[in-house]
Amino acid sequence: MARRWLKFFGFMLMLLPWHAHALLTIEITGGSEAALPIAIVPFGEEGVIPPEDISEIIRNNLQSSGRFAPLAKSDLISRPHEQSQVNFADWRLLRSEGLVIGKVTSQDGENYQVQFQLFDVYRGTQMAGKRYQVPVSGLRNLGHQISDLIYEALTGDVGVFSTRLAFVTVQRTADGARRFALQISDADGANPRTILQSAQPIMSPRWSPDGEQLAYVSFENGNSEVFVQQLRSGDRRSIAAFDGVNSAPSWSPDGKRLALTLSRTGSPELYILELSNGELTRVTHNSQSIDTEPVWMPNGRELVFTSDRGGRPQIYKIPVDGGRATRLTFEGNYNASPDISPDGRKMAMVHAVGGRYYIAVQDLRSGAVQVLTEQGRDESPSFAPNGRMILYATEQNGRGVLAAVSVDGRIHQRLAESGIQVREPAWSPLRK
Amino acid sequence: MKLLKLSAMMLAAVWMAGCSSTAKKDGEVEGADRVVVEDRSITSGVSGDGVDGSDFGTEASVIAGDGSFRGRGFDDPSSPLSQRVVYFEFDSSAVRAEDQHILEAHAAYLGANPNVTVRLEGHTDERGSREYNLALGERRAISIRQALMLQGAGMNQFRVVSFGEERPAVEGSGEGVWQQNRRVEIIYTGR
Repeated sequence: MARRWLKFFGFMLMLLPWHAHALLTIEITGGSEAALPIAIVPFGEEGVIPPEDISEIIRNNLQSSGRFAPLAKSDLISRPHEQSQVNFADWRLLRSEGLVIGKVTSQDGENYQVQFQLFDVYRGTQMAGKRYQVPVSGLRNLGHQISDLIYEALTGDVGVFSTRLAFVTVQRTADGARRFALQISDADGANPRTILQSAQPIMSPRWSPDGEQLAYVSFENGNSEVFVQQLRSGDRRSIAAFDGVNSAPSWSPDGKRLALTLSRTGSPELYILELSNGELTRVTHNSQSIDTEPVWMPNGRELVFTSDRGGRPQIYKIPVDGGRATRLTFEGNYNASPDISPDGRKMAMVHAVGGRYYIAVQDLRSGAVQVLTEQGRDESPSFAPNGRMILYATEQNGRGVLAAVSVDGRIHQRLAESGIQVREPAWSPLRK
Repeated sequence: MKLLKLSAMMLAAVWMAGCSSTAKKDGEVEGADRVVVEDRSITSGVSGDGVDGSDFGTEASVIAGDGSFRGRGFDDPSSPLSQRVVYFEFDSSAVRAEDQHILEAHAAYLGANPNVTVRLEGHTDERGSREYNLALGERRAISIRQALMLQGAGMNQFRVVSFGEERPAVEGSGEGVWQQNRRVEIIYTGR
């Protein structure tokens, strides 16, 4: 009885700060029929009850990925916490292919011992299992790490539940002014924190390959200006503040250079900035056209970018040491905002058809284009670091929201938010 | 009718500029019809895009004065100098024919007052890539600078800034909103 009240109280506590705690929550708006049935048994709890429900975090993560169909809790035949308590025949009856069990123990409420096991129900064998010691503050993230291991064991793809998102929010203050914020959150939208606030627009956040820094564009000094900010210390420095446009930063795969767009010569051109010494190398020489939005190929030898050199915005590729640009997009009269999958095989982009803007993916070898979204107000695509999902910005009821779609277009997620404008998402690299 | 417009514009320009440069301006007015603005971009054929925005132009251009530039021409709604916002078609940086007289007036004023400086702020509507729009906003502002320079203003009188789609004049969606956001604001900053 006391425990029930404690749980109820805990639930109330969760409700109260919900808007501050979870800026975004993932809803599946369209799933795959191929979702894998999996049983996730609520973890056993010994000693001090943990403030985070790890098995619930795992359930939410796997469910929201669209690739799993967790059994309803009411359908769980039994609630084993250890392997000796598992009767695989029961779980086969439920047609569950995977079974996750675990236990959380703490004597003091400060440090927790957590163990989990993933079983192949049909073979009756363990596929993954681990034991951890974490401080109470690490419980949530541990839930994401375990989700990653389960996801990888069952799908063969790297899990991205313990990665992060960066995005820009816009809010109105009481006097009607706009307030811009650059924020980062966990991949499920929880735990948002503001890393920069400004009365002037903020654009184009991009993660460094080590996940320790963000490059972005800020108008705080009356013109576009590129900054690089350390996430741990908050230290930031301006790295491009020339006359004209200073924009579109993109980290080289080794994190040592930044491609960006500068119009200091009078037209927007691509440059590469050596971060160690500030040396600038110009890549494009096309004063009649807009050349912008560079993104590196994973090989570090080429940039993919948007240009209207052919009359309308299309996507091109050019060697980083200059040379001839080759056009990549030929379908439709507006293709922009390229992002390249980590394996270098696919390109996500904004693709306009009849005045509507969709997220599309192009196979870089065959050139085949697949339109992935339907809303028509979609922009800023960003690949997940496992290349399976594409995060993007769209609109819902006139408000900017974030959404994600699988590269095959079958799984759609929306990151529902709590009433403010959210845009310009960037998915972090994998945690090292 | 057109002559009437031109003379009204001239009158305003003369008011602002003083009498010394009247002769020079006569030449400019004669050449006004030949003003060509460099533009390579293609106007979209999307229907509904070509809505006449002149009502908005007049309405939105009655913006708050810039403090130091309160004067007959800047505050008088009948003077083209009171119009300090020019509008564009979708994905275009071409000056529209109906805005030529506004630019002629500003060029005349700037030409006659070489110490006066302006900031040209380029903006776009919200559609499409934010980064591309940032570049497009700059192209619009440069297109206006080009037009003003061809009519007598000096290069060093300008500062060009683009905000892309980041600072809309009007929030919301739909062509009625978008056409008010595809603009260059002419902001007098010092004399």
